[in-house]
Amino acid sequence: MPQFAQSRLLVIIPAWNEQETLGDVIREVRLALPDAHVLVVNDGSTDRTSEVATEASARVLDLPINLGVGGAMRAGYTYAFRQGFDRTVQLDADGQHDPAAVWDLLRAMDSEHADIVIGARFAGVGDYTVRGPRKWSMRLLSVVLSRVAGTRLTDTTSGFKACNRPAIRLFASNYPAEYLGDTIESLVIAARAGLRVRQVGVEMRPRAGGRPSHSPVKAAVFLIRALLALVIALSRPNEPVAIEGVSA
Amino acid sequence: MSAYTFAIALCVIVVGLLFHLLRTRRIREKYAGIWMALAVAVVIVGLFPELAIWLSGVVGVQTPVNLVFAMAFVVLLAVCIQLSAEVSNLEEETRTLAEEIALLRLEVKDLAECRQSPSDRPSPD
Repeated sequence: MPQFAQSRLLVIIPAWNEQETLGDVIREVRLALPDAHVLVVNDGSTDRTSEVATEASARVLDLPINLGVGGAMRAGYTYAFRQGFDRTVQLDADGQHDPAAVWDLLRAMDSEHADIVIGARFAGVGDYTVRGPRKWSMRLLSVVLSRVAGTRLTDTTSGFKACNRPAIRLFASNYPAEYLGDTIESLVIAARAGLRVRQVGVEMRPRAGGRPSHSPVKAAVFLIRALLALVIALSRPNEPVAIEGVSA
Repeated sequence: MSAYTFAIALCVIVVGLLFHLLRTRRIREKYAGIWMALAVAVVIVGLFPELAIWLSGVVGVQTPVNLVFAMAFVVLLAVCIQLSAEVSNLEEETRTLAEEIALLRLEVKDLAECRQSPSDRPSPD
């Protein structure tokens, strides 16, 4: 496998029909992280997502069908693994995550010797809030997952994550495509594999399109599905970790 | 025509159909197996109805026909679960293939650009 990577950081942006915001996000990443490679995983979009990303001179992985965030991210991690990247950062395509905060994640990764660093929305920085049942379910998830990961995690459903080489290797072979699998179950898999998970507080910007829902029915459905995902993830047998050098 | 011969005729048709599908490779053996077994079981019960009566006595079901219905339900449930598992498996395989296609597509694009960029003329090497 040829090593194309000169610089060692890959920013992975899973995108599904994000033509409005994606171009600006990529340009911002380029400004904030000039040395980083940018990979957009186009998750079967029906709009011009792929063209927008190419025009912004990002590398684009075009998935032929929509696989969900989990599928898109595993493709991204596989790419990172095969191209020999040392670190990846997952960033949302809707502009919610500030690319400048990537430095905070990477610094935390170095200082705390972490394998995975989560950019958390409720860790004291910023004013992102959710209310009612959705807040309770997120609280419950963070209590359980904090215990599993052996560290305090306040925002377990954040899509802002930095991974180092061992985490990339793990996720290239084992990243669930289930609902919430990209957040909850992947954390359980990582913790089970003995990776160190840490978090840093980051400020979230308002999403360019759409507001988080506060409907109690949706919150209840979210809670049930999250609990199911959690219970299944925790009860799953451990899978052997892929070994470096063996193709994922 | 008695109900037994009717049931047996039906089962023979089912087995024949399954055998035909297997022969023409339109169904795989692992899916046909349970249907074959079911058809054979129905033929046996159809030929020897005393068997169903005896069996319902053994397991404590008062009406033999209820035992037959219950067994049919269990078999259908098993088939449904097997198919769900198989569909999940297929989805996982599709997902892996889709990821691999995307990765290959990018690699092909890179290679095509590599060939074109050093000199703009199309080289026949």
